[in-house]
Amino acid sequence: MFEYAPAPESRSVVEIRASYGLFIDGRFVDAADGAAFKSVNPATEEVLASVAEAGAADVDAAVAAARTAYERVWGPMPGRDRAKYLFRIARLIQERGRELAVLETLDNGKPIREARDTDIPLAAAHFFYYAGWADKLTHAGFGADPRPLGVAAQVIPWNFPLLMLAWKIAPALAAGNTVVLKPAETTPLTALLFAEICAQADLPAGVVNIVTGAGETGRALVEHPGVDKVAFTGSTEVGRAIARSVAGTRKKLTLELGGKAANIVYDDAPIDQAVEGIVNGIFFNQGHVCCAGSRLLVQESVAEPVLAALKRRMAQLRVGDPLDKNTDVGAINSAAQLERIRELSDAGDAEGAQRWSPECELPERGFWFAPTIFTGVTQAHRIAREEIFGPVLSVLTFRTPAEAIEKANNTPYGLSAGVWSEKGSRILWTADRLRAGVVWANTFNKFDPTSPFGGYKESGYGREGGRHGLEAYLDV
Amino acid sequence: MTATTTSDRSDLSELGRSEASLRAFLHGLPGVDQVGAEQRAAMLGTRSIKTTAKAWAIDLAIRMVDLTTLEGADTPGKVRALAAKALRPDPADPGCPSVAAVCVYPAMVEHVAEVLRGSDVHLASVATAFPSGQAPLAVRLADTEAAVAAGADEIDMVINRGAFLAGRYGEVHDEIVAVKAACGDAHLKVILETGELGTYDNVRRASWLAMIAGGDFIKTSTGKVPVAATPPVTLVMLEAVRDFRALTGRQIGVKPAGGIRNTKEAIKYLVMVNETAGADWLDPDWFRFGASSLLNDLLMQRTKLRTGSYPGPDYFTLD
Repeated sequence: MFEYAPAPESRSVVEIRASYGLFIDGRFVDAADGAAFKSVNPATEEVLASVAEAGAADVDAAVAAARTAYERVWGPMPGRDRAKYLFRIARLIQERGRELAVLETLDNGKPIREARDTDIPLAAAHFFYYAGWADKLTHAGFGADPRPLGVAAQVIPWNFPLLMLAWKIAPALAAGNTVVLKPAETTPLTALLFAEICAQADLPAGVVNIVTGAGETGRALVEHPGVDKVAFTGSTEVGRAIARSVAGTRKKLTLELGGKAANIVYDDAPIDQAVEGIVNGIFFNQGHVCCAGSRLLVQESVAEPVLAALKRRMAQLRVGDPLDKNTDVGAINSAAQLERIRELSDAGDAEGAQRWSPECELPERGFWFAPTIFTGVTQAHRIAREEIFGPVLSVLTFRTPAEAIEKANNTPYGLSAGVWSEKGSRILWTADRLRAGVVWANTFNKFDPTSPFGGYKESGYGREGGRHGLEAYLDV
Repeated sequence: MTATTTSDRSDLSELGRSEASLRAFLHGLPGVDQVGAEQRAAMLGTRSIKTTAKAWAIDLAIRMVDLTTLEGADTPGKVRALAAKALRPDPADPGCPSVAAVCVYPAMVEHVAEVLRGSDVHLASVATAFPSGQAPLAVRLADTEAAVAAGADEIDMVINRGAFLAGRYGEVHDEIVAVKAACGDAHLKVILETGELGTYDNVRRASWLAMIAGGDFIKTSTGKVPVAATPPVTLVMLEAVRDFRALTGRQIGVKPAGGIRNTKEAIKYLVMVNETAGADWLDPDWFRFGASSLLNDLLMQRTKLRTGSYPGPDYFTLD
């Protein structure tokens, strides 16, 4: 047997401070009322740092700082000068990439391989991409002289903390807005390291403000009368509440919410690569992916060999220490999320679906859930309808392409979908009929800053990435 | 083709009887998505193999080397020296394992046989008008028989790429069957020359064709065309032997050859074997490296792990 010896990435490459303040107007400050919360490593339950919890007064100060910076510095600054700062930030993310990757893995629980090879390089790529737009906005297709909106309030989730920050901040700054961003309460640390990077890049004070905290902080931010734009990525439930709260105001809103993506495998699919795509679709980042391919729709005539190959492949997944460079599946981000995954999986058992997981030893401490598939799932099952946001795949079968489309679209969500076939015409036919914002053909979970991303139906509205992503931050 | 239970094992040898059934079978194999295959191979290349795992992998890789010289300038003296190195790769360390085989042209086989006699190291010879295979079948068979008669117990043949690319699968099949017969007891490695096949779909089809025709090993390359072994090509071949065993119960070996020059690359291949075909293939009987310069890097890294420092290249023999 080829036993891979432990290959841990060094955690000493990043210095974690005992406590962090809020980043407002270019400085780290404590919360006005001194409130703080703790961020833990979900793989070990070890407390990593104490982080200030922003209240209404702090949010007020952050929005005021952003407003001043917008009016006095960032708004009037020529695009080519804004670009220089963005390029500088992009380079600093690359230079400090190892540090950011280790910190992301510690705070989030994701495997270091993914943080190192996906999250951090893509975050840098987003800054590079939008830096290029900053002095070319007149050519973006939004009129001769598109203007920024002003102050953007941005609330991001815990699944890709730095990457979601990049998706939000890079286009906002390129278009000339200033931002107040709230990272998720379980994963605030890379956003705070990003604040250090902003300072290192000499970004003018107040252009980027980071306020940490939980739901109340987020509410104070999006409801603040001083913001012109709200951008949120997270659950559909919270997205609805935000949409209600900004209704009737001048605030422009984009939402990127939940998903329950269908991954359709036709009988003429490239089977080995389809299996890789299924695994990547649902087990990438422990399934904490809004566009995860959480419903496998496999043509009944190949269901047996595809599932056999999938199980064989799942048995190869290495679950454990996220800092080990050979780990494929890391820790669940929080106890609360683990509880939700367990609850929905138990519902799958209770409703009569068959559960299967490969043999794998889970660590004793921390939050863990083995990669799991449910077969014999029907459209009526909760695990086929509700977003689990964990490493749990529901397998359904179909007989004809029309049935595949019908099942794929039979969900209130519409964020992403996958199609696997060696036949080009079938891929195009399918993609035309899928009601999803992103359709991947013979691949899954592929991201690129040049490509717009976003959903329809209850998966939200607005696009992030690409030229389209600028629209959300311009007065058009 | 994917995993099938062992109860319904198929005998695919019947397929070779008709061009039409062979074509239908080969063209019915699932396609290979190029981007996906390359992405998977690249991901496996990121595995970090350290300390004890690295030491284990290096020793295994040494035992898997087909130490090769295929030059017009080969002489009896040159190949004897190579054979001596195959037996004792590191004269400074008796604990260092021997390589799997020595691989030479047919005319050199008798000289190597003298040195290897009585050892466990195999003697492989490239035959069938290597590397182009562009000679009449009778000549290629005579080439094979001569190599076996001179003492080769493994024959590395080349397939008829011209016939394969023209879609004459029956011809390729029958030629492999004929060479296999000429081999007698010698093991047959079938070189697909993947660098000339153009697509991964063709690599998959050629792999199945060679296995159906009775090859014991499938091998990527001659080392004589610009593109030799690559990780994605080897990945596709490992999937083929895995699926072939699931379907027929017969295990076939895989040999990437050409272009694998250092320990780091060799270990990436072993990771790919482990996570694709499985642990059953992690054995010199089922996986080989066709290489010449790889061995010295393996020896150097082996010494580094044991002693903590790199010896200079002059401490390793240049045979």
